[in-house]
Amino acid sequence: MHMADALLSPAVGATFWAGTLGTITYCSKKLKSNLDEKLMPLMGVLGAFIFAAQMINFTIPATGSSGHLGGGLILAIVLGPYAAFLVMASVLTVQALFFADGGLLALGCNIWNLGIYPCFMAYPLIYKSLVKPGTSSGRIMMASILCGVVGLQLGAFSVVMQTSLSGRSELPFSTFLLLMQPVHLAIGIVEGFVTAGVINFIKAARPEILESAFSAQPLSTEISIKKVVAGLLIATLLTGGVLSWFASSNPDGLEWSIVKVLGKSRLSEADHGIAPALKSLQEKTAFFPEYGFPKTAEGEKRKDETSSWPAIDPGRSGSGIVGAALVLAAVLLIGGIIRVLRRKSA
Amino acid sequence: MFDNAYFNIGYLDTLSYRDTIIHRLDPRAKLIATLAFIITVVSFPKHEFAGLLPFLLFPVLLFSLSDVPVKFILKKVLLVSSFAVCIGIFNPLLDRQITTSFFGFSVSGGWISFFSLMLKFFLTIVSALLLIATTSFPGVCHALQKMGMPELFISQLLFLYRYIFVLVEEAMKIVRARDMRSFGKKGLGIKPAISLFGSLFLRTVERAERVYQAMLSRGFTGRLNTSRTYSLTISDVLFVCLTIMFLYLFRTYDVVSTVGRVSMRLLG
Repeated sequence: MHMADALLSPAVGATFWAGTLGTITYCSKKLKSNLDEKLMPLMGVLGAFIFAAQMINFTIPATGSSGHLGGGLILAIVLGPYAAFLVMASVLTVQALFFADGGLLALGCNIWNLGIYPCFMAYPLIYKSLVKPGTSSGRIMMASILCGVVGLQLGAFSVVMQTSLSGRSELPFSTFLLLMQPVHLAIGIVEGFVTAGVINFIKAARPEILESAFSAQPLSTEISIKKVVAGLLIATLLTGGVLSWFASSNPDGLEWSIVKVLGKSRLSEADHGIAPALKSLQEKTAFFPEYGFPKTAEGEKRKDETSSWPAIDPGRSGSGIVGAALVLAAVLLIGGIIRVLRRKSA
Repeated sequence: MFDNAYFNIGYLDTLSYRDTIIHRLDPRAKLIATLAFIITVVSFPKHEFAGLLPFLLFPVLLFSLSDVPVKFILKKVLLVSSFAVCIGIFNPLLDRQITTSFFGFSVSGGWISFFSLMLKFFLTIVSALLLIATTSFPGVCHALQKMGMPELFISQLLFLYRYIFVLVEEAMKIVRARDMRSFGKKGLGIKPAISLFGSLFLRTVERAERVYQAMLSRGFTGRLNTSRTYSLTISDVLFVCLTIMFLYLFRTYDVVSTVGRVSMRLLG
C-alpha cells in the first residue's frame, strides 16, 4: 500500500514530509544523546534484514495468495521505537529510490504511514502494556496480532485520507475506506502472526536479545506515552492548519476535495484539525442508509466541476491536439538529436 | 514476486558510476531539480493532460545526456506494482461527465483524469529512477546531509545500503533451497517461513556483532566518514536555475496551445 506521487497534491505531500522530517530529527536527537555505539551497526544490518525478509514470501492459508513481511513491528519490538522508526524510514527511502515504490514526494507519506503507526502507536500503547519480560508465547501472539491490526488499520486510513485530501482520485472517501480497511485487516492479522512467530523464535534461541531491548536500553523504557500522543496531536493540528492555509490560497484542487470530505464549502478558522473531519464523517455514515448515496452532494460537486471547466471551443481543442502532438514530437526529436550527436563525438 | 528483474539494485548502482555531464553534476543540484520537477508535475489539477506533455523534456534530456539505457528504466517503471494505477482506474468509472470531444469522439472527465494520473505517475517515477541512476546512492545521501538531514539517519542509510547486497544474496539462497525442497508447494506456507525469518534474523544479529568488532578494530569512533568530496560549481547552479525557469514557464504558460495555434496559422 505504498502511496504514490501521482495521487498526491503538493500541499498534502509537503505536509507529511514536514511531519516525517520532524520525527526523523527528533528520533536522531533522542538516539544520539544516549547512543550505544553497538546500536549503529545493528540498526544498519537490521534494515538490510527487512529487505532480505521481504524476499522470503509465503502462501497465506485459505487465500492461496502470497504475502511478505512488512517488518515495522519486529523492529520496534527488538530496537525500541526511536531506532525502529529510523530503520523503517531508511528502508522506505531505499525502496523509493531504487524500486520507485511510490516516489520521492510520497516518501514522506509512506514513512508516516508505515513508520509512525507501528513504532509510536501500536508498539508503545499496545505491545508494551501487554507484554512484560517473561510473558507466555500465547500472550505475545495476541499482543502482536493486535498491534499488527491496529498499525495497518491506521496506515490504511491515513492512505485514504491523503488520497482524498489530494483530490486526484474520484473514489469517494467512504467507498475508498470500505475498500481499504478490510483488506488491511487481513494483512494486519498475517503481519501480527508472523511477527509473533519470529519473536517467539528469537525468545527460544537467544532470549537476551529481547531482554536487552526491554530493560538494558534506557531508550525503550523511558518513552512517555503522553509525550508521544501530545506530539501526534500537535502534528495533526499542524497538518490541519497548513492544509487549510493551502486550501484558501489554492481553491481549485484542494478546497474541492475538502468539500467532498467535510461536506462543507470552507474550513472556518476554528475548524482546523481532524476532529471536524471525523465528526462529519460520522454524520455522513449515520445518514448513509437514508440518503442511499449522498446524491445531493455528488450533484453539487458535478456542477462545480463543470462550471470550473472552460467552455468547449472546437477551435481551441483542435489547436490543443495539434500542439500536443508537436510538443511531443519536438521533445523526442531533441532527445534523438542529442543521442546522435553524442555517439558521433564519442 | 521479488525476482531478479525487480531486485537488480546492482545494475542501477553501476550505472551511477558512469562519467557524463549529468553524472558530474553535484548531487545536491540533481536532488533539488528532481524535487522541483516532481512537485511541479504533481501540482497540476487532475483534469490537465496536455499541459503535462512539455514536462517530458526533462526525462528525455536526462536520458540522452546521461547514456542511461531507456529500456531498462522503462521496464522498471512497468514492473512497479502501482497503487496509483489501481486507484486511478476508478476515475473513468466514477466520473462519466462528458467534458471534451475529439473529432466526434466524446471523452469523459474520468478518462482525462485517468490519463493525467498515468502521465504524472510516469513522470514522477522516471525522474526518481533517473536521479539514482545518475547519482550514486552515497551521493544522494551526501546531498541529503548537506541539506540538513540528521547525521545519524545518513549513517543509517549508508549502513543499510552496504548490507542490502549481502543479506539479499543470503535470502536468495534460502529461498532457492526452500523452493527446491517444496514439491507440490508443500513447505511454502507460513510456519516454515517463520522459522526462516527467525534464523535469518539471528544470523543478521550475529553479523552485526562481527561488523561492530571489525569496525572497532579499525578505529570506529561513532561516525562514518566519506572520502569523496563534492563542491558546487557554476554548471550546477546553472542547471538548477534553468530547470526551475523551464518548470515555471511550462507550469504557468500554456505552451501546447500556443504551439498548436501558431502551427495551424502557419499551415493556413
